Amino acid sequence: MNFLKASIQRYQLGSLLLLVLLLAVVLPLSLDIFRLNLVGKYLTYAFVAVGLVMVWGYGGVLSLGQGVFFGLGGYAMAMFLKLEASDPVSTKIQSTPGIPDFMDWNQITALPAFWLPFKSLPVTLILVVAVPMALAWLISFAMFKRRVGGVYFAIITQAVALILTVLIIGQQGYTGGVNGMTDLKTMLGWDTRTDSAKYILYYVCVALLVAAIVLCRWVQTSKLGTLLLAMRDKEDRVRFSGYDVSNFKVFTFCLAAGLSGIGGAMFALQVGFMSPSFVGIVPSIEMVIFCAVGGRMSLVGAVYGALLVNAGKTLFSESFPDLWLFLMAGLFIGVTMAFPMGLAGLWEEKIRPWWKSRRQALREAAVKPPAVAATPVVPTPEPEPTLPEGVGSQRA
Amino acid sequence: MSNTDFALAVEDLSVSFDGFKAIDDLTLYIDRNELRVIIGPNGAGKTTLLDLICGKTRASSGSIKFKNTELTKMAEHKRVRLGIGRKFQTPSIYENLSVFQNLEVSFPKGRSVFGALAFQCDDEVKARVQAVATEIGMDDRLDTEAGLLSHGQKQWLEIGMLLMQEPELLMLDEPIAGMSARERELTAELLKRICQNRAVIVIEHDMAFVKQIAHKVTVMHQGKILAEGPMEKVQADPKVIDVYLGH
Repeated sequence: MNFLKASIQRYQLGSLLLLVLLLAVVLPLSLDIFRLNLVGKYLTYAFVAVGLVMVWGYGGVLSLGQGVFFGLGGYAMAMFLKLEASDPVSTKIQSTPGIPDFMDWNQITALPAFWLPFKSLPVTLILVVAVPMALAWLISFAMFKRRVGGVYFAIITQAVALILTVLIIGQQGYTGGVNGMTDLKTMLGWDTRTDSAKYILYYVCVALLVAAIVLCRWVQTSKLGTLLLAMRDKEDRVRFSGYDVSNFKVFTFCLAAGLSGIGGAMFALQVGFMSPSFVGIVPSIEMVIFCAVGGRMSLVGAVYGALLVNAGKTLFSESFPDLWLFLMAGLFIGVTMAFPMGLAGLWEEKIRPWWKSRRQALREAAVKPPAVAATPVVPTPEPEPTLPEGVGSQRA
Repeated sequence: MSNTDFALAVEDLSVSFDGFKAIDDLTLYIDRNELRVIIGPNGAGKTTLLDLICGKTRASSGSIKFKNTELTKMAEHKRVRLGIGRKFQTPSIYENLSVFQNLEVSFPKGRSVFGALAFQCDDEVKARVQAVATEIGMDDRLDTEAGLLSHGQKQWLEIGMLLMQEPELLMLDEPIAGMSARERELTAELLKRICQNRAVIVIEHDMAFVKQIAHKVTVMHQGKILAEGPMEKVQADPKVIDVYLGH
């Protein structure tokens, strides 16, 4: 029993269960399928935000190019779906039937070689994770081995995001250009546009997200997690304790990239298209904002961040499309100034201590005679200068 | 360069920063089981010497051999794995982690990425943390967040983190800076205990402290060695007096 309690605490299963309850029960029961599909879309961003908690919150390395990995995963999945949608029968009016429509429009007459692996679903599923991770490894290995970090790393990741966008838009014949890949319909003959398919995809998305959080939590509670925190604090001390610091950063960056790729793939499946507007600088920065609002030290918080900011975006941009960008910027500034640890930090540092002292006060009031209980107001204890739960929770 | 019996053999070592020679053709040998104190005025190159040995700074020329292994081209973490531990001038500990975690992270196992993922804090690790914590007198503070420790305790903790790795060469840069008289005494005792079975290099300014701990003293001045030998001999050396008291 104690072991169970300890492991619940260690892996923060309480807050995770609450999240699962919300995502798997409350939201599906209270929202129609259109809105639920939107939530599913937001959750695909949450994969990126969860990855950012690892890279930025734990690793201390800010990446402004996570959209690249989201996009690569998304494009990998979209390429598979597009190939299936471009069977010779439905594309018989093209001059070359059997290839995606945008290729035909661009006078391409045969499927390019790099499209061939995406004819197979298992290979595609591997590539969804492998391609983002490979690129992440390349970037991070080159950077971290040379001890490039901080602002410089952020700028380079941003440049990569820009390069990939330009590449995708420029190579219209191979990528669908600025329109992206549209009209994705079926996966192995299963129509992904029906309501039942949307429900199933939503639940798959939730399950994968929960698995991602558990995986990250496991990494955080391992020695590697402690090392990441140690590196963020005193990198030289870790290096001169016999660790090759760059390897740990590379690992974390690749982990985040792989997760982002899964998010991208789920996006392509649920939304039914993929375009360069989810790859570039702006979406990459938005994803950092999701993470910051949720709390960059909290995996579960990052999911709430992604949900809330996107819900806000949908809500506001429906009524005030021009104001949204300003609001978003204001939100980011506000969060970093007022509560740098995000919603999760707000919860841990303010709400929980307040609630505890409140309960304490109520309990004391119940014990003492009412005349006494009415007068003394128990002062709210100052929150101790500790980090949110999860930091340093590896005590033996 | 020939092989030697010394724990550390520094020969003809030079490093220059934009033409300024911080270390100038320096040769230094440290015996196994020796506690050597390096003294010298500010800017003499004491800290730079430690930086060169542990790899924080790259040598321009010369050789540094640890147990006859050439170090000059080796990556920092590999030098540590060979058995070189270095304490920085300002206490360098992980403030957000507990004392226990600070020591645990320094345990020399699970140093690769996947090794760290699979690392288990087993009884061996716990026993070692306990032993080191007792050695540095902090076995009752294991759960304290390291950032809340006093300055002196932080210094001890960093020494403890090095002891976790059982280094054969321990380099301490001003270990008693900012310590009270009582803490200095305790540190001196600690250093005398831990210099068994290993070579220790200490940089220090406090002469009373140096006298207490040093087997041998090396005086550095302008990147060179000015004098070397037992404390009494060095203190009587006219060149040393000259450098310390001015012309």
